[in-house]
Amino acid sequence: MSAPALDRPLDESALQGRFDATIAAGHRIEPRDWMPEGYRKTLVRQIAQHAHSEIIGMQPEGDWLLAAPSLRRKAVLLAKVQDEAGHGLYLYSAAETLGADRADLTDKLIERRQKYSSIFNYPTLTYADVGVIGWLVDGAAICNQVPLCRSSYGPYARAMIRVCKEESFHQRQGYELLMTMMTGTAEQQAMVQDAVDRWWWPSLMMFGPPDDESPNSAQSMAWGIKRHSNDELRQRFVDMTVPQAEVLGVTLPDPELALDRDTGRYRFGAIDWSELQRVISGQGPCNDERIARRRAARDDNAWVTEAATAYAEKHAGV
Amino acid sequence: MHEETVYDALDSAHGGEGQWAFGTGFDEPLAGVDTTVPDGIDPADLGEYCLMLGDDALVLAQRLTEWMTAARELEEEVAFGNTALDLLGQARLLLARAGSVGVLGRSRERATPSIPDEDALAYFRDPDEFRCTALVAAPGGDFGQTMVRLLAASTLRLAVFTRLRDSRDPVLAAIAAKGVHELTYHRDHAARWVLRLGDGTPESHRRAQAGVDAVWPLLADVFSATDVERRLVAAGVAVDPAATRSEVTAVLTQVLGQATLRVPEWPADVPPRGRVGEHSPDLTALLATLQGLARQHPAATW
Repeated sequence: MSAPALDRPLDESALQGRFDATIAAGHRIEPRDWMPEGYRKTLVRQIAQHAHSEIIGMQPEGDWLLAAPSLRRKAVLLAKVQDEAGHGLYLYSAAETLGADRADLTDKLIERRQKYSSIFNYPTLTYADVGVIGWLVDGAAICNQVPLCRSSYGPYARAMIRVCKEESFHQRQGYELLMTMMTGTAEQQAMVQDAVDRWWWPSLMMFGPPDDESPNSAQSMAWGIKRHSNDELRQRFVDMTVPQAEVLGVTLPDPELALDRDTGRYRFGAIDWSELQRVISGQGPCNDERIARRRAARDDNAWVTEAATAYAEKHAGV
Repeated sequence: MHEETVYDALDSAHGGEGQWAFGTGFDEPLAGVDTTVPDGIDPADLGEYCLMLGDDALVLAQRLTEWMTAARELEEEVAFGNTALDLLGQARLLLARAGSVGVLGRSRERATPSIPDEDALAYFRDPDEFRCTALVAAPGGDFGQTMVRLLAASTLRLAVFTRLRDSRDPVLAAIAAKGVHELTYHRDHAARWVLRLGDGTPESHRRAQAGVDAVWPLLADVFSATDVERRLVAAGVAVDPAATRSEVTAVLTQVLGQATLRVPEWPADVPPRGRVGEHSPDLTALLATLQGLARQHPAATW
């Protein structure tokens, strides 16, 4: 990657001034623009974590691909899981515009040096989990991600526009599956409620720790990488979801959940942050299994990539 | 889309109680299609033939889906997903066509009436009622064997579908016309990989050759027509698999040769096996996974 051509050399403070002005004006930083090292590092970490989440996120639902209970559901789920691989691709590409390398980021994921969303460390026990992941997990992801369409870093923001459009489909297909199951047998209805009970609290944890315990948030907001605080997004998600749960006919597992007449927003119970800490630190139900699968995909098929590389070298210029 | 329109759309799109679940109520695969069987075609034979082609697609889609989340490169995950989705789409149309002419085997004894024909056939038939060949039912093996099998299966299917576009059954002809585009890509994708693996590294060459050697015996019955196919060939409905032999062997020989792989001797023809319901336990295991959940809840709607 070559440095941008400049009429005259600029010192760091002038570059910083230009960067700050771009952020302040709400314009976008593009790959060849100068940017502070902290901004670059924060973005690479966030985008990589997001890409890893898409790729690991293929697994919980992917576990039902072979057993989907109708051919239409199988096609829908296959398309969805495939979309997630596509999201991973856009995001790794966005990270590569910052000088990162996809293979290196994949290694960091497998060596647990970079994280992914802890929600994907929970198992999918029944087919209702596929619907609830679409409804709650993708719903929460949308709340998190839609503001990122206005992120200050151009390639990330543009990737997020496409990701969000597809996530919106995913959310609706999940809700549609649950609506169908709730009009089905008593067993199916019980499956839906059980899945909601298991996924509700982990979904709320997807927004990250509370604002007063989120050390990096302030800087990310100043840089325009992040647009809303964790608690603000979490509240938005709860407000959006409660009426949907009522239409669906399921009970959200929180006795303290209640509408605050003054604010028009829903109050909800205390989140068990120790659980999030436990899952993030690798003690969730499926952490090992998720990483092992990616490791096997990388290591067992390394010979395929080596073959493609060797072939390309042999036939270069042919 | 610069502002938070996706979020707004989610929250406000579509009126009524279904506002968060767009598109509830989906059409059956053949909705709106005239499924009348032309004169001189035996509906039972036609349905049986659709099962042969439909089961091949369904079972190969299932085998390819096994690769989802297991491929090394994301591009390949996407490719496996695409190929499996194409085949699944072909399977749905073909099974629905079989159902439309009343060929449902024993599936209706088990499937509740609300279950559409395509699902009754996919989920509620036993292995001996399936009409796929061993070529698609065999386990996939490693990436090399997977690609060799995909090359062989898509070369065969493309050769059949290309001819089937002229079928006297207009539904079958239309399904084939759509499928030809898809299968052309599948064959191309598989051929490109076989070239890279065969002419890549010593290890990839060894694995690709092992894949060829494992897949070739599965080709013993692919050119053998059943009685149903013979009658339908005479009626201008079906393609005689033997008529595709020279094209298929030429393509496979060419690709393998260019990939520096040894072409094994073609196995001697044997009478149809999978096409008449004779399968190995591999298919039973595959179907147990595919059908388990649906059979556990026969009264459910999904």
